[in-house]
Amino acid sequence: MEALFATVTGFLAASGLYLALRGRTFPVVVGLTLLSYAVNLFLFSTGGLTTDGAAVIQDGKTHYADPLPQALVLTAIVIGFAMTAFSVILAMRVRGDQGSDQVNDQRGDEAREEKS
Amino acid sequence: MQHLIILPILLPLFTGLAMLIKRDATMQPRRTIGLVSTALLVVISIALVVESSHGQISYYALGDWQPPFGIILMLDRLSALMVCLTSVLALGSLAYACAGDDKKGSNFHGLFQLQLMGINGAFLTGDMFNLFVFFEILLIASYSLLMHGGGKDRTQAGFHYVALNLAGSAMFLIALGVLYGTTGTLNMADMGQRVAELDPERQGLLKAGAFLLLVVFGLKSAILPLYFWLPRAYASAPAPVAALFAIMTKVGIYAILRVYTLIFGDSAGDLANFVQPWLWWFALATVALGGIGVLSARDLRTQVAYLILISVGTLLVGVSMDRVASLSALLYYMLHTTLVSGGLFLLADAIADQRGKAGARIVPGRGVTQPALLGLAYFVGAITVVGLPPLSGAIGKALLLNAAQPSEQPWLWSLLLLSSLAGLVAMGRSGSTIFWKAGKPDPEGPRLKPSMLAGLILLLGASPLLAIFAGPITEFTQASATQLLDPGAYTQAILAPTSGGDS
Repeated sequence: MEALFATVTGFLAASGLYLALRGRTFPVVVGLTLLSYAVNLFLFSTGGLTTDGAAVIQDGKTHYADPLPQALVLTAIVIGFAMTAFSVILAMRVRGDQGSDQVNDQRGDEAREEKS
Repeated sequence: MQHLIILPILLPLFTGLAMLIKRDATMQPRRTIGLVSTALLVVISIALVVESSHGQISYYALGDWQPPFGIILMLDRLSALMVCLTSVLALGSLAYACAGDDKKGSNFHGLFQLQLMGINGAFLTGDMFNLFVFFEILLIASYSLLMHGGGKDRTQAGFHYVALNLAGSAMFLIALGVLYGTTGTLNMADMGQRVAELDPERQGLLKAGAFLLLVVFGLKSAILPLYFWLPRAYASAPAPVAALFAIMTKVGIYAILRVYTLIFGDSAGDLANFVQPWLWWFALATVALGGIGVLSARDLRTQVAYLILISVGTLLVGVSMDRVASLSALLYYMLHTTLVSGGLFLLADAIADQRGKAGARIVPGRGVTQPALLGLAYFVGAITVVGLPPLSGAIGKALLLNAAQPSEQPWLWSLLLLSSLAGLVAMGRSGSTIFWKAGKPDPEGPRLKPSMLAGLILLLGASPLLAIFAGPITEFTQASATQLLDPGAYTQAILAPTSGGDS
């Protein structure tokens, strides 16, 4: 299970990083989202992967999962959602303001050069 | 006053929430509320400084969960000093914003308060994951503030800033995951203790996590390979926001200082102080590049942004020397540089406002409407920011130069002094272009409003004050540095069961 988990996390992170380095805003946003998924999975696994473990202390149970990473990943997911929503809106705003969805708008740079 | 520690977080939170009520109403009540609340914050933070000056490290256990299990807020000299610095800077930039910049977009005051909440929280927390949460709060407020007022430049600079910081947050979480996985705790003091007892086999993993954390904090503080976002973002942000952002890079520096003295400090066994040699070279390179950048800037605001870069390098050099003298010097320099560069951003905006079309670009153009007033402010700001005596910049730099050991002197002295020279040349050149090569001013042009002037005087006037009261201030920073370099005191105060913490 560990090998599969690690492969999936690594693959997600690699795809996310690749997309985040692209030149248009939409792939960048998708890439950052994938990256945050990979991070969430990674964070979830930091307490060790346990199956069938109890998260809350109960009588007669000896097999426990670490509850803290679950709480952490929940926080990270919520923050990640907010950030994704924000970056989607921002990407649309960039598209509206610049008239193009390039992350580095070349035309904008030229206009600035002429001004100064 | 056991609840005093949490007030710098709660006060801006509630003020920020109150601003959401009737968002379309007139500006005046919100300005008053914002100013009163920020002035209160200054009072609270001074009370915190007084409390911490007795040298005791106190903590506030949220929900009465005793450390190391619950989240704690931690008050020592360093965090009190940082909160105080933030509130003074915020008061100055808020006063400036009240002259009309706050009307250019929606809900400036609410976002401003939430930003303050995030910054204060990051300075006060004693828990690694909580540090991440407060970083996110201050970041998401800063995203919106950066784009306050809109405009092409701002949205694009804003998108770069957001994308970079989202990637940074992802790395922060990975680093936290690694640290938690290896040490099994998130409380900073507890983590410091566990690091020393760690199984040597897992040290490599922990080291990787610590380096990753350094990358994240380096991105926030804009150290050399990770600084490219800073000049553009700061130059395009509205002036009061740029002035407040002067503290944002210092949040990164604070985090480096905190994590690498408390967790990976002298008590960390094999891993003690392992990042400092790395930091030394990167910081020096940042200083050098900042010097080149200052000379190349064609816009006054970009120039101030590069001056911030020099100060970031200077501060990190102080961190990497890791001695009482250097840490004490850097804390003094941090007070000086944050307030003065904030003031310079405000000044650059006032100049741009009065020059009409020429704006903040360093070209001969129309003269400013109030040449004597703005010229004097520019003179004071330029002298202190490049570090000429008799103002505070000179004292800060001299303390730092003095802290260097003979082996470090050739590098530090030459680079720091050369970058100061570059700053001097650049500031002199732009000052003479703007004030002396100027045409006739427009007598009907905009003038400084009283609240703008108040903000400017508060931030730039801090420099002579810092120089006059250099004695007591350096005593305090020296005591803070001594406290920082003794991680044992933190574990004693926070983890020893006999010490009754506030709850």
